[in-house]
Amino acid sequence: MTFFFQMLITGVVVGSIYALVALGFVLIYKASDALNFANGEFVLIGSYICLMLVTIYKIPFVIAFILTLVFNALLGMAVERVVLRPLINAPVISVIMATIGLSSLLAGVVHMIWGHQTKSFPPIFSSELIQFWGIIISPVYLWSFFIVLFLLGVFTIFFKKSKMGLAMRAVADDQMAALSMGISVKSVYAITWGIAALVAAVGGVLLGNINGVDASMATIGLTVLPVVILGGLDSIPGAIVGGFIIGILQSLSVGYLQPILGGGIKEVIPFIVVIIILMIKPYGLFGKGGIERV
Amino acid sequence: MLRLSNIEVAYSKIILVLKGMSLEVPEGKIVALLGSNGAGKSTTLKAISGLLSKENGQVTSGVIEFQGQKINGIDPDQIVKSGIFQCIEGRRVFKHLTVEENLMAGAYTRKDRNKIPSDLERVYHYFPKLKALRNKASGLLSGGEQQMLAIGRGIMAKPKLLLLDEPSLGTAPLLVKEIFQNIKQINKEEGMSILVVEQNANVALSIADYGYIMENGRIALEGPVDSLLANEEVREFYLGMNDKGKKSFHEGKSYKKKVRFV
Repeated sequence: MTFFFQMLITGVVVGSIYALVALGFVLIYKASDALNFANGEFVLIGSYICLMLVTIYKIPFVIAFILTLVFNALLGMAVERVVLRPLINAPVISVIMATIGLSSLLAGVVHMIWGHQTKSFPPIFSSELIQFWGIIISPVYLWSFFIVLFLLGVFTIFFKKSKMGLAMRAVADDQMAALSMGISVKSVYAITWGIAALVAAVGGVLLGNINGVDASMATIGLTVLPVVILGGLDSIPGAIVGGFIIGILQSLSVGYLQPILGGGIKEVIPFIVVIIILMIKPYGLFGKGGIERV
Repeated sequence: MLRLSNIEVAYSKIILVLKGMSLEVPEGKIVALLGSNGAGKSTTLKAISGLLSKENGQVTSGVIEFQGQKINGIDPDQIVKSGIFQCIEGRRVFKHLTVEENLMAGAYTRKDRNKIPSDLERVYHYFPKLKALRNKASGLLSGGEQQMLAIGRGIMAKPKLLLLDEPSLGTAPLLVKEIFQNIKQINKEEGMSILVVEQNANVALSIADYGYIMENGRIALEGPVDSLLANEEVREFYLGMNDKGKKSFHEGKSYKKKVRFV
C-alpha cells in the first residue's frame, strides 16, 4: 500500500505540471481554435534559459526563475507577432502547420545553443527527504506541487475577475462580437501566447529540477495533447483535471505495469485512455458541446 | 454628429455593395435606416464601426465623419473608444459567459470604472428580466432576452452613438414592441443618439425622428418620419398599407416593377 501511495504522489506532482502546461495549450486553442505544436519547445527553452542563468551567470534561483518567466512571456508574444499575426484570417490548418514549423525551428535553435547532453540543475531545494506515514517525498516534488497549485489559483482568479481575463474569454466565445465591444483581439492574442509560453516555462523549470534538462523534454508537448483531449480542448478545468489523471495513470503504470510489460508503457497509456474516453465522451470530460438554441 | 458622405464599400475589393451612400445622424436623435434584404444596411453600420475589415470589406471612397473627425480606416477598438458602439446583427451574446459578464464585457473600454456598478443597475432598470438571470449562462436565454442583453452591453459602453442592427430579428412580436419602447427610453434618458437598422419598418418608424430608405447600396428616400409615413410608396411597400384596400398579389408585383425610387 505504501508503494501505491508513493506512486500516486509522484503522479500527482507530475500531473500538476502537465496541468499547467496543458493550460497554455488550452488557452491558445480557445483563443484561435488552433493547436500549438510548439508548446513542448516553449517548455524546453524555459528550462534551458533558467539553467543557463543559474549555472553560468550564477544568478540566485528565485531571480533566475522570474527572469525566465519574463523571457518566455516575451518570446511567446514575439512568436505571436511574427508568426501568427500574419495568419489571423487564415484557415486553422495553416496556423497549425505554422506551429509545427515553429516547433522544428525552436528545437533546432535549442540544439545549436545548448547541445543535446542531459544537464542538471545544481541542487536548489534541500535534498533531505520528507517522510510521513512511510511515504517518502523529496522537497522538489512538494515545492513543484505548491508552485503549480498557486499558479493555477492565480489564473483562475485572473480569468474570473480581471478585465483582461474577461476579454480573453469573450474572444474565445465570439471574436466578431468581442471586436464590436472594443476589445482589441490583437492584444488578447499576444497576451494569450505570452501566458501560454510563461506557464510552459514554469513546467520546464520544475521538470528540469526533477529529471534534468535535455531535448527529450519537448515530448511533454506531445504528452499534453492527450491531457487536453481528455479534459476537453476548450476547458481550463478540464486541462487541470486531465493533467492530474494522466500524471497519476502514468505513474501507476510505471509502478505496476512496467515490470510486466517492459519500458515505454508510460508513453502509451495516456493515448489508450484518451481513445477510451473519446469513445464515451467525444468532447472530452469537460468540453463544451456548444450551447445551441433550438 | 455622424455624417457619411458618398461612401463606397467593396468586399474582397470586387463586390461593390455601397454605391455612394450618404447619411446623417444628428445629436440626440433616433434615425431609422430601412430597406429590403441585401440593400446594404448592415454594411453601412459595419463601415461606421470599422468591423468591415474583419469581413474583408473596405471603404473605397467617401468620408465617414464623427464629431468632425474622419473615422474610416481606424481599428474597431479605437472607434468604440471614440464613442460609437454597434450591437451587431443576430445578438451575438457571449454564450458561455453569464449575463453579468456579458454586460461587463460591454464596459471593456470604459475609463470611469467606478461608475460601472451604477450603470449595471441602469441596465437592470431598463430590462428587469436580466436582473433575475444575471448569473445564468447567456446562451440559455430566449431570443428576446438575448436581444435585451445585446442592447444592455451597448448601454454599458456608454457610447455617444449607438448602432443597432435589426433588434427585432428572431424576437417574439410582443417583445419587439417592448424592446423598441426601451430603445426610445434609452435615447431619452441616456441622451444617446441612435441609428437603428430594421426590416420591420412599422416598429422602427414608430420611435424614430428621421428615416432613410435604402435600395441597392444607396439612399432612395429620406425624410422626417411624418413625411415618410405620408408617402404613398412607403406605405405600400414598407408598411403594407394603402388607401384603396387590399390589392391582389399580381397587381402589387406589376406596380412594383414600374415604380423605382432610384
